Amino acid sequence: MGKRVLLIEDEPNIIEAIRFILSRDGWTVEVHSDGASAVDAVDRKQPDIVILDVMLPNKSGFDILRDLRAAPEHAARPVLMLTARGQKKDRDMAEAAGVSHFMTKPFSNSEMLDVVRGLAQQPTDGGDA
Amino acid sequence: MLRFNILVFACLTYATLLFVVAFWAEKRAEAGRLGWLRSPIVYTLSLSVYCTAWTFYGAVGYAVRSGLEFVSIYLGPSLMMIGWWWILRKLVRIGRTHRITSVADLISSRYGKSTTLGVLVTLLAVIGTTPYIALQLQSVATSFAVFGVNDPTGAVQTDLDKTALWVAAGLALFTILFGTRNLDANERHHGVVTAIALEAVVKFFALVCVGLFVVWGLTDGWGDLIDRIDASPVSSHPISGTRWITITMLSAAALITLPRMFQVLVVENSDENHLFTAGWFFPLYLFGMSLFVIPIAVVGLQVLPDGSNPDMFVLTLPLHYDQRFLATFSFLGGFSSATSMVIVAAIALSTMVSNHIVMPIWLKARKGGATVSGDVRSVVLYARRLSIFGVLALGYLYFHFSGGSEALASIGMISFTGVAQVLPAMLGGIFWRGATRVGAILGVVIGFVIWAYTMFLPSFGEAAGFTAELMAEGPLGIGLLRPQALFGVTGVDPVVHAVAWSLAINTLVFLLGSLFSFPRPVERLQGAQFVNVFEHSGTARGWSHGFAETEDLLVMAQRILGASEAQALFHAAAAEQGKEGYLPDATPEFIERLERKLAGSVGAATAHAMLAQIAGGVLVSVEDLMAVADETAQMMEYSNQLEMKSEELSRTARKLREANEKLTQLSIQKDAFLSQISHELRTPMTSISAFSEILRSAGQEGDLDAESLERFSSIIHDEALRLTRLLDDLLDLSVLESGSVSLNWTRTNLHDVIDRAMGAVMQGRDGVGIRIERNEFSEHIAMETDADRLSQVFINLITNARKYCDAEQPTLKIQVRRIGQDDVQIDFIDNGTGIPADKQTVIFEKFSRITDHAKAGSAGLGLAICREIMANLGGTIAYLPGQGGAAFRLDLPRVRTR
Amino acid sequence: MPLYLARASYRRRRLIDALRLLPFLLFGLWLLPLLWGGAGTDTPVGAGGRSFVHVFVVWALGIAVAAWLARRLRRAEGPIEPLSAKDIAEAQEEGRR
Repeated sequence: MGKRVLLIEDEPNIIEAIRFILSRDGWTVEVHSDGASAVDAVDRKQPDIVILDVMLPNKSGFDILRDLRAAPEHAARPVLMLTARGQKKDRDMAEAAGVSHFMTKPFSNSEMLDVVRGLAQQPTDGGDA
Repeated sequence: MLRFNILVFACLTYATLLFVVAFWAEKRAEAGRLGWLRSPIVYTLSLSVYCTAWTFYGAVGYAVRSGLEFVSIYLGPSLMMIGWWWILRKLVRIGRTHRITSVADLISSRYGKSTTLGVLVTLLAVIGTTPYIALQLQSVATSFAVFGVNDPTGAVQTDLDKTALWVAAGLALFTILFGTRNLDANERHHGVVTAIALEAVVKFFALVCVGLFVVWGLTDGWGDLIDRIDASPVSSHPISGTRWITITMLSAAALITLPRMFQVLVVENSDENHLFTAGWFFPLYLFGMSLFVIPIAVVGLQVLPDGSNPDMFVLTLPLHYDQRFLATFSFLGGFSSATSMVIVAAIALSTMVSNHIVMPIWLKARKGGATVSGDVRSVVLYARRLSIFGVLALGYLYFHFSGGSEALASIGMISFTGVAQVLPAMLGGIFWRGATRVGAILGVVIGFVIWAYTMFLPSFGEAAGFTAELMAEGPLGIGLLRPQALFGVTGVDPVVHAVAWSLAINTLVFLLGSLFSFPRPVERLQGAQFVNVFEHSGTARGWSHGFAETEDLLVMAQRILGASEAQALFHAAAAEQGKEGYLPDATPEFIERLERKLAGSVGAATAHAMLAQIAGGVLVSVEDLMAVADETAQMMEYSNQLEMKSEELSRTARKLREANEKLTQLSIQKDAFLSQISHELRTPMTSISAFSEILRSAGQEGDLDAESLERFSSIIHDEALRLTRLLDDLLDLSVLESGSVSLNWTRTNLHDVIDRAMGAVMQGRDGVGIRIERNEFSEHIAMETDADRLSQVFINLITNARKYCDAEQPTLKIQVRRIGQDDVQIDFIDNGTGIPADKQTVIFEKFSRITDHAKAGSAGLGLAICREIMANLGGTIAYLPGQGGAAFRLDLPRVRTR
Repeated sequence: MPLYLARASYRRRRLIDALRLLPFLLFGLWLLPLLWGGAGTDTPVGAGGRSFVHVFVVWALGIAVAAWLARRLRRAEGPIEPLSAKDIAEAQEEGRR
């Protein structure tokens, strides 16, 4: 049984792309599209890796990340953040919030796969990816 | 002799004429071309509702029975009118400033917008007026009967009761038609007033013609007449001093306390300066109406057979000499007197009943009262119509059951005394700041009870249990409580007795009650504003800081004033505060202004209660009370100046604050703009890149089925289109913003443009997907515009509604209106939850989207483009709050403005 | 100029006084018939054509005077302007005298 990824994203086409890329590599991909209930979803599903978009309905990815890091059980959970805004400011904010890895859209599929595999191997090593 | 059916024909023709005149005046008022219809002459003539059938027929009868005394009924109002600077001027000013709708409203409003007082005065007015209406019905019926008896064919059997019923029904119809056209009792009933003025002219000339006929046709001029008067039994009646004085004063009071008089004097007054004319012209009218009464009485007694009813001399004298035309004219005069009184009284009473009895009950009955949905206007209008019907039905029933007895003849005086019970509260209220609600309630109640006991109930005699025994010995044999010799005061005329006791004790209790009770803040505030109405017209206020959501206020105002008027009011208030759009800040000044406006429709007490429900209770601040306390002109002037300055300052501050807010918002948005552009471009790019990479590797490894292959390629295609659309929008916007767009101005029909937009929306993938309500008839407006651009705006608004309207059965209303000659207004109103107030100012900015973009499927440039297009077309687009859903209002010039 | 202004407003106020007093005067005059005849004479109180003529003549004169006063006052009102600080100062001055 492969490891589980929780993808928090609201663009249907991007969801479909990531789901395809990861599941072909043996990952189980679950999806959540709403910002406000994202932390609950993580609580419930306990994924090995969280892929988090920044621009989400109702709550921004940064806020979700901060809330996750504030909870002890999620403090070390690997979180890969995706953003389409791609300014340095965003990267700084993400790192301040305790992101495991930060990627700008559009991404290369193979790079995405590499990052996810890498994050899965060092689960306790959050924060300085 | 006159044929009866000719008379009926004349009567119906005359009634038709009244309808036509009233209709014509309403039309002119609507077109805003009132001209001489609002002249002081028309105003004065409308005051003639004071002269009812009791005057027209009854005055002669009164003179025959009591001599010169009848004239005191017209001397009193003359005095009141000539001395208009004392009381009337103040009443009219207060009525206009506070948008007073009736006597009950005046009293209620003065004493802290008290519902109790409103109800009390309304009841008093209804009880006091009903018999009087019955009297009018009776006089019309009797005058018909006079002709029936005199009909040469002898075939006419006039049924008094049936005649009265028909007259009552006709009057109800007329009054409902012209008395409830508009809700705002403070907006004049031009149709009614004009018809009343016409009736005033008819009855005046009818009586004067009969008088002239008597003086020049039946006697040898004035000299002979005076001799005849000297010799006549009419002038052998001694004048009773107490009655002379009492009736003069009572009738003076009646001029301001009778509901119908208050209606024409204060409520229907369109210009305070009319009093300059009415001050002498109305006494002149009364003079003319009274001048020939004694001559007619004297000559009538001489020439008519013994036992003729003196109340009908005005009719029977001309008939006796076979003056058909004069008799018919005289009949129409009497008809006019009766109908005008009934019409105005019914309007006045129905306003009171609906505002002070129906509305408070309705408000209480509906939990949440003012904030629930539903049209209050229709409730009020129906209440008014039902009340008019009810008032006339009561009048008819009273007539029916009293059987048109002689008791009705004295009802005029009884009615005067009844309504005069509000006099102490009224005069105290406008001249004495110390008058309180408790005092007023006590005074009115006690006065009412004494009046009923000493005058009203005894007029029914045995039927009301006032047997001869009770009158002679008092209840249970207690002599001190004899109805017409209260506390052992015997040997006084019953009228004088009742007036003196009721008003004296009423006044005393009112004064004592006021001295020993403590007013609530609203009372003190209203008291000061009423008493000092000339010093500060509406500067103090009853609202401290508003907790009201302006949008809630707008919703409520729309339901009472109607949508367009409420929107205009809010728009104007917002503009005065230096704000754009339809939502001014809920400042105390604004709430006060709104309250006054609403009070004009539903009365002060109800308006206050409704606002209090929204604004969360009434708070009077210390400053407000201090504003009331400082009295000297200097202080007032100084604080007025300060207030003006501070108002100006706060207006500037508000403007600055708004500009600053906007700038901050703009800079945040400009900053966000780049991020947004980046986001909007990168998102489709991500999908394209990801899927093309998948396809590429699938091409190398061949592990993708045909279905996925097709699906992924179509995603790439869609996203590419999305990118193109975005770039198009951006380019479009930048061209529009720079103003360098070339518009294709053509003449077109607005209806076609909307049709075209609908067609374009329907072609899309999802069809219309929302029910559209249009009034196609109103859409046919020729205009000069760029049809493509305009339909682009419509398409945007329709697709927006389709996307965001979250109602179960989404509906979009498209309403088109012409504003004046040159402008067109188009509203798009859906039935969803609308846009929250804090978002309403930013929705027209670029990339502002208030829901998630996956659902929107666009970049949030639509409304920004709409705004730019509208600006380029010389119009505006604005969010219209308070419509129950999202609503956008487009204002457009009909022709190109250069 | 200020002298004239003060006089105009003084005139105006006296006109208002006259208008206010007029109804009392009329009321008094209308009470006169009560003093004619009665006990000790052979005519009842206020009886006869004389009272009739008296009441209506007083009435007509009262109306004429009221109309004249209203006309004068109307003209004296002129366009209504808000009080200036100077007007207030003058009014106070007058009040102190």
